[in-house]
Amino acid sequence: MTKPRLRLFVLSFLLIISLKPLQSAEMVDPIKVDWSFKGLTGTFDRASLQRGFQVYKEVCASCHSMQYLSYRNLGEPGGPEFSEQEVKAIAASFEIEDGPDAQGEMFTRPGRPSDKFKSPYPNVQAATAANGGAYPPDMSVLVKARKGGANYIYSVLVGYEDPPPGVTLDDGVYYNKYMVGNKIKMPNNLMDGLVEYADGTESTVDQMAKDVTTFLAWAAEPELEERHKTGVKVIIYLILLTILVYLSMKKIWSRIDSEV
Amino acid sequence: MSEQEYTPTSKAGKWFNDRLPLLTLGKHLTDYPTPKNLNYWWTFGGILTFCLITQIVTGIVLAMHYVAHADLAFASVEHIMRDVNYGWLIRYIHSNGASMFFLAVYIHIFRSLFYGSYKSPREVIWIIGLMIYLLMMAAAFMGYVLPWGQMSFWGATVITNLFSAIPLVGDSITTWLWGAYSVDNPTLNRFFSLHYLIPFLILGLVVLHIWALHVPGNNNPVGIDIKKPSKDTVPFHPYITIKDAFALLVFMIIFAGFVFFTPNVLGHSDNYIPANPLVTPAHIVPEWYLLPFYAILRSVPDKLGGVILMFSAIFILFVLPWLDTSKVRSAVFRPIYRQFFWILVIDVLMLGYVGAMPAEGIYLVLARVGTIYYFLHFIVVMPIVGYLEKTDPIPMSISEPVLSGGAEPSIARKVNDKA
Repeated sequence: MTKPRLRLFVLSFLLIISLKPLQSAEMVDPIKVDWSFKGLTGTFDRASLQRGFQVYKEVCASCHSMQYLSYRNLGEPGGPEFSEQEVKAIAASFEIEDGPDAQGEMFTRPGRPSDKFKSPYPNVQAATAANGGAYPPDMSVLVKARKGGANYIYSVLVGYEDPPPGVTLDDGVYYNKYMVGNKIKMPNNLMDGLVEYADGTESTVDQMAKDVTTFLAWAAEPELEERHKTGVKVIIYLILLTILVYLSMKKIWSRIDSEV
Repeated sequence: MSEQEYTPTSKAGKWFNDRLPLLTLGKHLTDYPTPKNLNYWWTFGGILTFCLITQIVTGIVLAMHYVAHADLAFASVEHIMRDVNYGWLIRYIHSNGASMFFLAVYIHIFRSLFYGSYKSPREVIWIIGLMIYLLMMAAAFMGYVLPWGQMSFWGATVITNLFSAIPLVGDSITTWLWGAYSVDNPTLNRFFSLHYLIPFLILGLVVLHIWALHVPGNNNPVGIDIKKPSKDTVPFHPYITIKDAFALLVFMIIFAGFVFFTPNVLGHSDNYIPANPLVTPAHIVPEWYLLPFYAILRSVPDKLGGVILMFSAIFILFVLPWLDTSKVRSAVFRPIYRQFFWILVIDVLMLGYVGAMPAEGIYLVLARVGTIYYFLHFIVVMPIVGYLEKTDPIPMSISEPVLSGGAEPSIARKVNDKA
């Protein structure tokens, strides 16, 4: 392809792409946060994950399930990395239904690390009924299930506002700047000093929103740190191999009078 | 196949080869005379073979852990991501692998379009290739349904509903496809079965594709027939194998970039929401590689018309060898066709882009213009340009442009010179 034609090609393509902003004029872009887990070598902030779990446990968990996580995950590498004793204690603080036993009866027992996170409601219908007809979504993969990911979740948590004039809200509906459609049935549950962080960090709304979002980002992608680490190694290996193969190719093709 | 008769040196080898000539086949594959001027656009055949094998191997492992049931599928995928050793890696390779597969196949197809590889005597290779492409789309679509997220469910609903546009029997066919009165557990179950079957059908067609290729031999950037073997050819091994390996490694670096650093960027976030028949997503969009066809489908106000046009967009490619009237294969020597080729590339990219946008306003206009051009290109431009175009001089052999630094008129003959 000659140069002018390439330029024409690139220009037309850019023109097509630039039409995009026409589409979504009214949507507010989520706040961009400089998360520690962003980028090629991003990792989670361990302390933030532990605080985020505390916020989840004390605030979110009364309505939101996280059914794909197990208590043991809390102690695994790349996560909050609670100690084995802490994980056992966390698990044991929940009463888990088990059974049936030899008599065919269901029974409850203290949780074990191998148990899945206990859900606040027995099923989706119960959760929906108890929350004014809006199902509080399971949060296991929530960060991956929302356009904008962690930025969006964080923005919604700090995006509660009084509705602008002219917007009327039904009972049990709240105005949120970043929520798609601006109407949300989850009330603003975060207020300064709501939880008492074990590590003494001041629990501002912003801090809690960041911590719990970090926790949810890990919950959605518990493999993230290993993925990043492995990825760097794989790519370095592939680049070295590519160089070796390239040199071999040049050598082999030099036997004949042809370019490769 | 033009090589000498091959005789294994060892006695055991000869004994076996007399009964099943696998060693002869191996010898044919390594010696296969290949034009020495193939550029990197020709490395995508090998890359596609790699993609197919990668999808089959990762897919077999995923099938060991996946549960094809409407109530369990989503959870079993999360089980793979969280509890299966390196399950996240296998799944991300498989899901991104589908995209890489299509990226490679589109380059492969456009390579063929540019250099006229679909023309005589390679029409059958082209047609088998299109059958592979059709099966790839079926496999990819069904594979996307398996995680049973919102896009899985609603994508399946939209695509299977297309069949209801068929007059009289449409609704019955749709119900038959579903195995129910809507997309439901029986649909998921059969899609899983077919998703496992199709790759092996593709594998069989790939064997035929390569077999059909080895009869006339490769086309090449100059697009002329060459003597095989001759100074214009090199044995497939080691010359082409090492070059394919190099290109494959570059491709794998990009592939790995997606898998390890942005594994979900090519997917849709809604597919991490479990399927819910009661909640329709705001925009139902297929995966990126199906978007141009989706744009064509939606550009027609009539459902049946849209479906017919969408399928025509693919099936028109089957008669391409007979729509193209030019005797010159390579667009390198076709100054007019070359312009139209790039317009087609831009047109398809544009269709892909508007396919992802809501079907309204400017997007609908662009989709319609793009659709009209797409068909005009094949039905009108190709026959007429091939007939009227004054092509550039064509070299006598592929060694000449290499040796003389360009196609000199004195050593060139003119083909299709109607002016």
